[in-house]
Amino acid sequence: MATMDTAEPSRRDFLYIATGAVAAVGAAAAVWPFVDQMNPDASALALASTEVDVSAVAPGQIVTVKWRGKPVFIRNRTPDEMKKLAAMDAKSLKDPESDEARVKKGHENLLVVVGVCTHLGCVPLGHAGDFDGWFCPCHGSHYDASGRIVQGPAPANLPVPPYEYVSDKVVKIG
Amino acid sequence: MSGHSTYTPSNGFTRWIDERLPIIRLSYDSFVAYPTPRNLNYWWTFGGILSMMLVVQLITGIVLVMHYTPNTAMAFASVEHIMRDVNWGWLMRYMHANGASMFFIAVYIHILRGMYYGSYKAPREILWILGVVIFLLMMATAFMGYVLPWGQMSFWGATVITNLFSAIPVIGDPIVIWLWGGFSVDNPTLNRFFSLHYLLPFVIAAVVALHVWALHVVGQNNPAGVEVKSEQDTVAFTPYATLKDSFGMAVFLVFFCWFLFYTPNYMGHPDNYIEANPMVTPAHIVPEWYFLPFYAILRSVPDKLGGVIAMFGAIAVLFVLPWLDTSKVKSARYRPLFKQFFWILVIVGCGLGYLGSQPAEGGYVIASRILTAWYFFHFLVILPVLGLVEKPKPVPESIMADVLAKNAAH
Repeated sequence: MATMDTAEPSRRDFLYIATGAVAAVGAAAAVWPFVDQMNPDASALALASTEVDVSAVAPGQIVTVKWRGKPVFIRNRTPDEMKKLAAMDAKSLKDPESDEARVKKGHENLLVVVGVCTHLGCVPLGHAGDFDGWFCPCHGSHYDASGRIVQGPAPANLPVPPYEYVSDKVVKIG
Repeated sequence: MSGHSTYTPSNGFTRWIDERLPIIRLSYDSFVAYPTPRNLNYWWTFGGILSMMLVVQLITGIVLVMHYTPNTAMAFASVEHIMRDVNWGWLMRYMHANGASMFFIAVYIHILRGMYYGSYKAPREILWILGVVIFLLMMATAFMGYVLPWGQMSFWGATVITNLFSAIPVIGDPIVIWLWGGFSVDNPTLNRFFSLHYLLPFVIAAVVALHVWALHVVGQNNPAGVEVKSEQDTVAFTPYATLKDSFGMAVFLVFFCWFLFYTPNYMGHPDNYIEANPMVTPAHIVPEWYFLPFYAILRSVPDKLGGVIAMFGAIAVLFVLPWLDTSKVKSARYRPLFKQFFWILVIVGCGLGYLGSQPAEGGYVIASRILTAWYFFHFLVILPVLGLVEKPKPVPESIMADVLAKNAAH
């Protein structure tokens, strides 16, 4: 093939490239089912929702419920805790978000967050850490009583799951 | 090294085979006539010890699978069933669990031997890189195997390690969900880890074959760090290396058996005898001891992505080690400064291991940061600079000259 360097691309070159391209597309199409089978299956995707009677959560108490295989914390915050939160400067946080944006209007004392540390997925301990919110024992992340990251390696606040009040007492998560 | 074959079939039958599939010739040339440097010390027996441990893990693992159930509802109970009901089940499981630790002890010694005697330098770069690949595969295999008993440490170890990938920007979270097959570590995760834990040891065996192939092309390094120049420098693999390796294996087995029969849970964690509970993380989670230095590096960086990059970087740096070390002299014997820095690195590695086992707070974090910085400083700054400024001691002319000089000193 040493004489080919000045030659125009031949019909054979075109056929080689076209054949190779078809084979590559075919191979990629065949690989995809083997990759995608590892994604969540239909049973995992069937979005389960959980209903919780929040009137039973006493002031200061944290209740843990299971939603989509994960713990969800429901915390009834005391007036004292609310006062401390109001005094905090949300803008100085790593993931700035006001406490009001994380609760439902008329139920400001009640916080609902997914109880999974945003660092590497451990379940943080309630009423612990330097800010009286949560403390993750795995790698030392401190959250405040609004579930916002204040100190430690976690990059984001504890996420608020989609939820709504189906009545004054009952919250539906999911 | 792969010179002409000296094998001659001894009878008609072996000649018949040799003309069709020269497998006896290959074995003879690789493990009988193969020339090994005559000055090898006992640190060179760990290759054989590691091969032995791979076989131990394969055999005990295949046996355990005959009794284990990979389902979140039954996995924990089936491991207890192995421990209590299955004939010799306790022995099989303790051999497999302690065998993993022994495997890592041997591999760390093997890696450090390579570093001390400069075994990664030309022409052994590919041999070294294949070794790092085996090390990575071992870590993946050990991690997935640790998840199978479905105890608290299994579950939370799996959660933390898979979450490492969530640090990747944009595609991190979809990758984690793909790895889990759900929205948390659950039955699909256990099943796929089981499948891969069975597969990977055979992949390791295949890469070990490449590792040995590369070794037999370039020949073994040796404590003097000079290449084989004449037949005088070598002895035949059998009986010399065969017997020396066998003795090393026997001594290592005594060490293994001491753990196996006298303190089989020493290197495990009591929390893993509690069944997995997705709602409660144990107060103090730690990985198995062989991951602790890397875990300490992960936690020393106060940023999620940064920590993950540092941890993987600590292993990635090993891949380019042959090009970071600029010294032409291989063996630390003739490199007075390198020798000191080598031992400092060993101490730093052990220090990181200790810090990885401690809670991530206060002075422990500060110490981890200092040692992590030193780890990278060693590879990225000290090694390249040392090759330029260090004045090595005179290197022996040949392996034979080294052996004679050593004997003359007595």
